[in-house]
Amino acid sequence: MDLINLGIKSIFIENMVFAYFLGMCSYLAVSKKVPTASGLGLAVIFVLTITVPVNWLIFDLILKEGALTWLSEDFAAIDLSFLQFIMFIAVIASIVQLVEMTIEKFSPALYGSLGIFLPLIAVNCAILGSSLFMVPREYNLTEATVFGFSSGIGWYLAIVALAAIREKLKYSDVPPPLKGLGITFIITGLMGIAFMSFMGISI
Amino acid sequence: MKFIQDFLHKVRPNFEKGGKYEKFFYIYEAHETLFFTPADTTKSQGGVQVRDAIDLKRMMMTVILAMVPCLLFGIWNVGHQHFLATGEGGAFLDKIIFGAWYVLPVVVVSYATGLTIEFTFATIRRHEVNEGFLVTGMLIPLIMPPNIPLWQVALATAFAVILAKEVFGGTGMNILNVAMTARAFLYFAYPTDISGEVWTVLDGVATVEGYSGATALAIAASTQAGSVGDAFTSNWNADMFSYSSLFIGTVPGSIGETSTLACLIGAAILIFSGIGSARIILTVFFGAYLMGLIFNLAGANPFMDMPAHYHWVMGGLAFGAVFMATDPVSGTHTDTGKWIYGLLIGMLTVLIRVFNPAYPEGIMLAVLLMNVFAPLIDYYVVQSNKKRRLSRATV
Repeated sequence: MDLINLGIKSIFIENMVFAYFLGMCSYLAVSKKVPTASGLGLAVIFVLTITVPVNWLIFDLILKEGALTWLSEDFAAIDLSFLQFIMFIAVIASIVQLVEMTIEKFSPALYGSLGIFLPLIAVNCAILGSSLFMVPREYNLTEATVFGFSSGIGWYLAIVALAAIREKLKYSDVPPPLKGLGITFIITGLMGIAFMSFMGISI
Repeated sequence: MKFIQDFLHKVRPNFEKGGKYEKFFYIYEAHETLFFTPADTTKSQGGVQVRDAIDLKRMMMTVILAMVPCLLFGIWNVGHQHFLATGEGGAFLDKIIFGAWYVLPVVVVSYATGLTIEFTFATIRRHEVNEGFLVTGMLIPLIMPPNIPLWQVALATAFAVILAKEVFGGTGMNILNVAMTARAFLYFAYPTDISGEVWTVLDGVATVEGYSGATALAIAASTQAGSVGDAFTSNWNADMFSYSSLFIGTVPGSIGETSTLACLIGAAILIFSGIGSARIILTVFFGAYLMGLIFNLAGANPFMDMPAHYHWVMGGLAFGAVFMATDPVSGTHTDTGKWIYGLLIGMLTVLIRVFNPAYPEGIMLAVLLMNVFAPLIDYYVVQSNKKRRLSRATV
């Protein structure tokens, strides 16, 4: 029950896009077409589901204060958590490489349309953000996996919804200065209002 | 009507190209077509033309007509609630006058703000004034509490009309329901004025003993033990939340949403004239009932145990289903999409009501949320239709 609660919370209530405004660069840039957006969203789900537990293991077994005691009792006072940023980034970057190679092999079309944004998942703040949120919230390994997966789902939902809206926006008559990113920011804000409906829900 | 026509014809040259007020042509045009059908229509020779009397303007007028029962009932109910709460006991006419004194200013402010913005944008951007706002401007007052400060009405209307509609190009191009955006804006920006016990105008008069201004939803959500039905009957006015009074709408609430009966009259008008989608209205009700039944099975707290049909008559579900969810612009456009869209609105409404103690106003948030996902639903419905037809095709 706690896990379901955590899942729903990270999909809807603490949505990476609408509650923390993380991962905005690719969210705004790759949301012009639904298939592309959904491809990127799936890649983000995949990367998040893997990186968050891997980072959890690294943090728990190596970086945390006193984590190295499994090597020797002498290391009890060692606190490597200042290394967490660089370690997390390294893990994320290598997993993104893996995803990139897989997509290139199995879906060249999607690879082409994602373009530069696929390697850029490595610096997608939603991904690093989830790993960093995980630390102070003191999740255990299962919770971290659920958290990573459902944060990805939340991001996916947000980007496909935005992409569908932007496809419909072709028929709108947006004032010239607002065309493109301007109106997208406004839409994101309005979507944020709609997502506020979930705030405070707990099961 | 002849004198109006004469007048319009007399001033027309001023607004045409080269005239004194050329800039304001679209404002002139808006008034002209409000009274008369446009003079320039397509010619009949040279092929088939669809000729239907119902254009956007007539359509919007029909919606306004459908809202009149809600408005009239709302005016009476504002007075009725006041006299009930203060125990003064007023005659029918007293209630109407008292209600009108509070309701009409809200209507006027909403229309004045919205139309000013609408005309400004039309003049600057050189597009026609669309009648979409006539509906929105009436919907906004109907979903406000009668006590709402007028400046907030103006602010919310301006926010919604500019940011939810005009930046997208005006009527027919927005993504969220404009009236709901206005209410959600107030709801999150000034929560103290639009939630809690603000639904009855007391006007500084002392209340009867034991009075509480809570709505049916608030009572149901705060019931800890026993059943919601008992909580309703142990209210200060035992008869207030019986099923029939909830249905007729003699309960505290926003101005126009309390009466399920009035909303159903509106629904009949909308469906009969083909403007509102019966699919959406029915599925919203069905979805809410279904979710209520599921909660009955779970039954973890008194609100979940409440009979599912009570959800129909509480918290403006009918109003939202009839006038908000059926918005042809922000809702789904495909028929299959409408079933899904309505069903999800109904289910989400009850879900938010029961699970979210902070925001009992389920229908408003559910409609907004589904507005966001409506294009996505449509997209996948169209895609699957394409796929089905492709698989049928033989080359």
